[in-house]
Amino acid sequence: MSIPLPVFIAIPLTTAFVLPMFGAKGKAAATVVANLATLSLLALAIACIGQSGVYEVGKWPIPLGINLVLDGLSSLMLLAIGVVAAGAMLFSAGYMERYTAKSKYLSLFLLMVAGMNGLVLSGDIFNLFVFLEIASLASYALVGFGCGHEELEASFKYMVLGTVASLFVLLAIALVYGNTGVLNMAYISKAVQSSGVNAGLGFALGLFIVGFGLKAALVPFHAWLPDAHPSAPAPISAMLSGVLIKTLGVYALARVVFNVFGVSVEVGWLLIVLGILSMVAGAFLAIGQWDIKRLMAYSSISQIGYVVLGIGLGALLLARGDSLAWASLAIFGGLFHLVNHAVYKSLLFLTSGSVEMSTGTRDLREMGGLAAKLPFTRTACTVASASIVGIPPFSGFWSKLILIIAAVQAHFYWIAAVIVFVSLCTLIMYLKVQRYAFLGELPENLERIEESRGTMRVAMVSLACLCVLMGSLVLVPGLRDAILEPAVKVLTDGVKYSAIAGM
Amino acid sequence: MPYALCFLLFVIGLYCAVVKKNMVKIVLGILIMECAVNLFLVMLGYRHDGVAPIIDRAYYDPGTGQIAAGFINNSVDPLPQALVLTSIVIGLGSLALMISICIRIYEKYGTFDITQIRRLRG
Repeated sequence: MSIPLPVFIAIPLTTAFVLPMFGAKGKAAATVVANLATLSLLALAIACIGQSGVYEVGKWPIPLGINLVLDGLSSLMLLAIGVVAAGAMLFSAGYMERYTAKSKYLSLFLLMVAGMNGLVLSGDIFNLFVFLEIASLASYALVGFGCGHEELEASFKYMVLGTVASLFVLLAIALVYGNTGVLNMAYISKAVQSSGVNAGLGFALGLFIVGFGLKAALVPFHAWLPDAHPSAPAPISAMLSGVLIKTLGVYALARVVFNVFGVSVEVGWLLIVLGILSMVAGAFLAIGQWDIKRLMAYSSISQIGYVVLGIGLGALLLARGDSLAWASLAIFGGLFHLVNHAVYKSLLFLTSGSVEMSTGTRDLREMGGLAAKLPFTRTACTVASASIVGIPPFSGFWSKLILIIAAVQAHFYWIAAVIVFVSLCTLIMYLKVQRYAFLGELPENLERIEESRGTMRVAMVSLACLCVLMGSLVLVPGLRDAILEPAVKVLTDGVKYSAIAGM
Repeated sequence: MPYALCFLLFVIGLYCAVVKKNMVKIVLGILIMECAVNLFLVMLGYRHDGVAPIIDRAYYDPGTGQIAAGFINNSVDPLPQALVLTSIVIGLGSLALMISICIRIYEKYGTFDITQIRRLRG
């Protein structure tokens, strides 16, 4: 294998600890270094497409040592993290100028990226927990970065629930270790296959679902998200909603359910129910919001529901032994929606940051007529809204279409109906954003505002272009076979994961 | 029996973190949960009348390079101890962050009571 896997962790980690040394005077230099780090991670993630491999840390043989595993799902997640981190970092260059401790912000940002990259590469379940905590701790600090009343309150709430979730995961890991005697995920999965899921392991699986469900903000574990995501600075909201809840929640959950424990009918139904609850409750709560970032945060809950629904449907079909093709299609839809949501939701949060920076408010009722004043922001926001609602040919349309086809083929017509209904709710909430923020009368106090320039504009425009082009991931067979199909195969292969990753 | 007590400790911590209104008590509840999980990990590796997992002359035969079977059968599992050390360090990091956020909130609001710290709603 050409690329040594630890560089994905080493680059952001080293940069994160070097950056605070630049101090107040070296702010510009620190920004450039941080941007170089995220861009090189994106380049490395692109270079990793289609590759797979195992790296033994410190040359300790498996299963004694810690190993890093690159497979299709990991490289898909690395790519999503790379794209969103590069976009958000570029946006931060301009946006974070008004905060005082910019180099500290940049190093926390990179620490979070290091944690997420480590989590998706980890092949060892305790190591997964360690990286989960690195990413979570950095995100708690970033949510409270503004140090205002609301930021601190949201950060405390997020931190209490996040720490409880981490402890659930740690307890589950302890139970798994007690029952199987290994920590390597491939070996655990082999041990689980031979012993079957006994009471202790079943309890551990329940703890994993609750713990990762809290991290993914699935309804009914979502209470922290609508406070935490709007309170963070806009690029961090983009990172949190775009990739953090997916990496820490959905990816870890899928990895544990599919590759370690193996799918079962009960878990499949549980994921479907959690997904549908999140979709419907998130969408209803979002429509009533007037704070633009809060509305988008609730819509994240709703969208994460789509991803979990797709994965859960796949798990159910696999466990029942139905046609593999439709199970793959459901998982394909879920994972494609995950990547799409990473791009368009981070773009939406960046545009909300641009609006907030220009107008000084997040309340939709105090805005209006911004289309003339903020043309780039408006275009980017419209493209992202069209994607999230699912208007062809934008990206969200394809992933929802695939989910609907999979649900119909599996004879779950009501699930297909729920998907369409929630899409309508999504249409209402983003029409509301368009109507109140960009159309209508311009209030008098906003007549002198100026649009953000430079890197912020570049970040928004490049993500908007990506939103339009994402459809090619499914329409161009070469790209589909290289990026999405390997990731789907990792999950449909299920416990055969041990064959690649351990031995 | 010790496992049940350990689980009880975990539940007490969870109760404390969920029910209490004072922020410092919530933090203490999380600490109790953390201690319960650490204790559970240590107990997994514990062996009654076991020996420390260090190979010394009594168990190692330099001539053949063999480790005595008695050592493998009697020694305590060292891996959970390593895990607990890692998890204690992580716990320390999150405790420091949590307490510093508590102090900043107290400076802003003048209270530790979470029922009075409610600017976010909806």
